Amino acid sequence: MALDIFAERGVPLDRQVFTWRDMVRTPVSKLDDDAFTRVRIILMNGLETFAVRFGHGLNWVNGDLRVPLAKMRRIEKHQQTLVNWLLPPDMSPLETTIAYEQTAIEVTADLAQREPDAYLAQTYRFGLLEDFDHLYRFSALLDRLEGKDANNILQSYTDVRPGRPTIVEHRAPEDDVRVHYDRATAEPLTKMNAMTLTASELQTEDYYMNIGPLFADPLARQLYAEISSIEEQHVTQYGSLLDPRESHLEKWMLLQATEVYNYYGCAQSESNPRVREIWNRFVDYELGQLHATMELFKSFEGRDPEEVLPISIPEPIDFRSHRELVRETLVREVDLRARGTTYIDKSLEGPDSPSARYRAQLNADGSPSERVAKGYRWRPGTELADNTIGYASLREARTP
Amino acid sequence: MKTVMGMGRNRTGIGTSPIDAKKTIEAAEEAVPLGYGDRVEGAAVRADYVREAEPLGSVPPPTSLKGAAKSAAEMLTGKNPAVFIDKLGERLAFERTGTRLYDALLTKMEAAPGPEGISIEEVRRIHDEERAHMDLVWNAIEKLGADPTVQTPSADIDGVAATGLLQILTDPRTSITQSLHAIHIAELADNDGWVMLIELAEQMGHSDLAASFSAALRDEQQHLALVRRWMTMSTESLASLGAGA
Repeated sequence: MALDIFAERGVPLDRQVFTWRDMVRTPVSKLDDDAFTRVRIILMNGLETFAVRFGHGLNWVNGDLRVPLAKMRRIEKHQQTLVNWLLPPDMSPLETTIAYEQTAIEVTADLAQREPDAYLAQTYRFGLLEDFDHLYRFSALLDRLEGKDANNILQSYTDVRPGRPTIVEHRAPEDDVRVHYDRATAEPLTKMNAMTLTASELQTEDYYMNIGPLFADPLARQLYAEISSIEEQHVTQYGSLLDPRESHLEKWMLLQATEVYNYYGCAQSESNPRVREIWNRFVDYELGQLHATMELFKSFEGRDPEEVLPISIPEPIDFRSHRELVRETLVREVDLRARGTTYIDKSLEGPDSPSARYRAQLNADGSPSERVAKGYRWRPGTELADNTIGYASLREARTP
Repeated sequence: MKTVMGMGRNRTGIGTSPIDAKKTIEAAEEAVPLGYGDRVEGAAVRADYVREAEPLGSVPPPTSLKGAAKSAAEMLTGKNPAVFIDKLGERLAFERTGTRLYDALLTKMEAAPGPEGISIEEVRRIHDEERAHMDLVWNAIEKLGADPTVQTPSADIDGVAATGLLQILTDPRTSITQSLHAIHIAELADNDGWVMLIELAEQMGHSDLAASFSAALRDEQQHLALVRRWMTMSTESLASLGAGA
């Protein structure tokens, strides 16, 4: 049964409390838990990170809302901690990166499928093929640097093959800005989708910026520099889908609804009972936060939240493999490029276009993403799992 | 801590989901021609950085006048005291982190009973000896007029190397047997570290230090023998009984 966000009031803010022990729990298992448990953790960490960041941004430009923002931000911060700390310590930063890209691919693919606005759906498919290529490049790095198989993280849900090559993803900033939805006519799902993806890409950009310098290997450092730059483009792209005419409170309320929606989706599909209990608890927390924001919206703007929010939340994200959609999109749209706010075939881009020139300059000393994956074909057990070089033949060769 | 190591729901391998795995394999084969392991271009970039790299850092000059005089005298004999100080710094750091590794093992053993035959008293004794070895090296560095609080380049790389060992030992989910694996790696490196330090001390003309270090080496040899015995015992007990880690 769908969740009625007006009738369900959740947990009041003053009862949304934590202890350090509550926040820092036993993490999930890298080896035994389902890959989508990790995907949900990463997605929700992204939304909570975004909520905290958004709250700060609002605090800088809106004096009236400072105290309620501070109160709610503190709760979101502790929710974020609880969620993000579920990731286990035996995952290397590079393995976690694989999980981040899997999250980007599977979530973006699902949103693209269900997005009612054709232009936004197109935008999601455009970004999808780029994150898909990142997964391939990082998988090559994981194999060639650490000797590990990316599929141990992906669990055969997501393909490892090139998408739109990262080397051509670099675009002039003006080619990353998109046309925003119309706040008056867009469906609530459209607004929540745009916010979900903006949040997701923002945390990915930040994550790569934090872990990039942890690598000793210069090529790894270069690859993180390169792909983090694309994530900045993606944040620009998805963030510009949000209607700038929405008021501060309208955006804040939408963000709270987006969190309810996503926690609800996580709770519906979670296979780990310990984690499901957290998603359920946070559905109630977010409902409490949503209602607090609705009250502010009513008192500051004198408007009815029903103008903005859906009565019941839409069908949740389907956390499953979207292999077929990705494959079809690859065939049809891998050669798309962006010009301004529109998508064009690569044949129309022209060598003197702003993006072509921008790209040529950035790649002038060579391309990390090309170098790291040169000739790379994923195979089960890493590219070294080539049984044609047997131990016996090696011994034979050594014997005089 | 759950102590049974049995068959479970590990989902990492290709056999977990044969239908999905087949699709993943087909996708990779269809998309990329077999080029097999081209690391030439990556190697060229890395080589470029290697050539222009600067060292991790340096060993500072002695902090005392006596130390400065000793260093100058050693330099005159064609010996480089910085190398000795660097390796002493490494041993000091290793013994200090080693003490913390045993702290972590003790915490785990106190929280949950380990396999039979591993004596917590003996683990405590090893812990205390690691700490005493740290003091020994500290005093040696001071005697040479150098600063024992300095993190030398070799101490730094030992710290990097120990990061994984600490992750294993401090993870509440790892068993005593898995923790002993990390301790084993540390003890192997520690033993050889002392052997080489003793040789270096002799070569540098510090036979008094070499003699005191030899006593530490004998302790370390015992540590290694004990850790090996515990590891073998606990692994064999797991293998035959399916429980008891």
